[in-house]
Amino acid sequence: MRVKYVVSEVLVGLWRNVTMTVAMIITMAVSLSMVGASAVMYRQVNQMRDFYFAQLEVSIFLDPQITAAQRQALDDQLGTDPLVSRFVHETKQQAYEKFKTLYSDAPDLVEAVRADQLPESFRVKLKDPEQYQVIYQKYNGTEGIDEIVDQRKLLDKIFAILRSVQSMALIGAIVMAFAALLLVGNTIQVAAFSKRREVAVMKLVGASNWFIQAPFVLEAVVAGVAGALLAFGGLVLAKLFLLDGSLESLTEILTPVKWSNILFTLPLMTGVGALVSAVTAWVTLRFYLRV
Amino acid sequence: MIQLEHVTKTYPKASRPSLDDVNVAIEKGEFVFFIGPSGSGKSTMIKLLLHEVTPSTGKVYVNSKDVTSMRSWRIPAFRRTIGCVFQDFRLLPNRTAYENVAFALEVIGKTKAVARRVVPEVLELVGLGGKEHRYPHELSGGEQQRVAVARAFVNRPLILLADEPTGNLDPDTSIEIMRLLDRINRTGTTVVMVTHDSNIVNQMRRRVIEIDGGRIVRDQARGVYG
Repeated sequence: MRVKYVVSEVLVGLWRNVTMTVAMIITMAVSLSMVGASAVMYRQVNQMRDFYFAQLEVSIFLDPQITAAQRQALDDQLGTDPLVSRFVHETKQQAYEKFKTLYSDAPDLVEAVRADQLPESFRVKLKDPEQYQVIYQKYNGTEGIDEIVDQRKLLDKIFAILRSVQSMALIGAIVMAFAALLLVGNTIQVAAFSKRREVAVMKLVGASNWFIQAPFVLEAVVAGVAGALLAFGGLVLAKLFLLDGSLESLTEILTPVKWSNILFTLPLMTGVGALVSAVTAWVTLRFYLRV
Repeated sequence: MIQLEHVTKTYPKASRPSLDDVNVAIEKGEFVFFIGPSGSGKSTMIKLLLHEVTPSTGKVYVNSKDVTSMRSWRIPAFRRTIGCVFQDFRLLPNRTAYENVAFALEVIGKTKAVARRVVPEVLELVGLGGKEHRYPHELSGGEQQRVAVARAFVNRPLILLADEPTGNLDPDTSIEIMRLLDRINRTGTTVVMVTHDSNIVNQMRRRVIEIDGGRIVRDQARGVYG
């Protein structure tokens, strides 16, 4: 019976301030979808990092005047280096083949370049890609080496951009969440005010605090969860029509966003929505319905 | 049953205390009037007993429990042992007489079945048999106060506090309400009533405690208004 009472109080409460409820749900939905989107992005960027970094290597370009002995010495040294997981020697001819496939749509360029113009190199895969500096210091200046290039440096710029977009989304989410918070607090105050007579009687006859507060807190939680569901729907639509639709070419260059990453936002947003609403409502009531 | 020991209550920003070093002891089953002019501290007394306010200094015991040091989560259970009626009835306007009384039961966790058994009984007791399904605006002032008394009494409290219960009623209706409170008192319930209705005090001839300027100036066993 108490459960039934609480449930009916919640529904009546939500319906009584229906415009407030809708406003609360929409703000919740917008802020939560931003939270969700930045969470998706965060995971996406991390997965991209892992994916690309696994393929990255350090290129040690060799001096065209390198002697066979120097090359052999370098080969031996790399072979015994504990930092190196594996390495391949890329000859001028192999570099040329690679160059040809890479620029197959620019035959003029391929025509203009001859195999012996390209440098031969060692392609070194590190056990830990972070150890680049150590490798650089160890080999830089060794006879026969022209240049040491870490491919990671190039990607870091892209990731820096992605990270800043991500933090912008997060800041937006926090600002929206703050607005949602105020709105929840306000809605709960209005709800408590519209039921002030009931609350006064309940306090007078000794209804327990949780019993007085539960309908209000649940009202906020219902709105929070509804907002989270809307936000999730928004993300699903964004995945269907933006990521898999008009922005498909972009997601192909980067790594495609997996459904699992979208799905993972559902419990996240629901949890955040419910918890934030509940805590806000409860704190509001602590101030508003002093015993 | 009720005991105040050196109770002083000063509200924030007030220049002088509402109650000033008050000592009172009320036994179980007593019927006590608190009288005095407006602003003398009578209502503060009721608020102290309900733990709506806490004394600045001194101790308040109700039902042999120290109310002053009571933890806030115990207050609801404590209030279930006290019934309370007010000058302005404090009924819920969108509920019938029956629903108003049943509400008091339901919000403390009693089932609808209990309400169905107990509420008609107590409405009958206060003389509202047959008017259970009227809304407050369909009842006279006296009848509304009866509903309030029924709501206060439905839990069989040990103490009934009444804060000027006849303040909004004409003399005849007031007397009917007093008869009702007297009947409740005869069931063993301690009744504490704040009033400045001299007629009633004089007619009832019960213990009278007069407060003036926050101090007790008279405590008389079978007193009159003054």
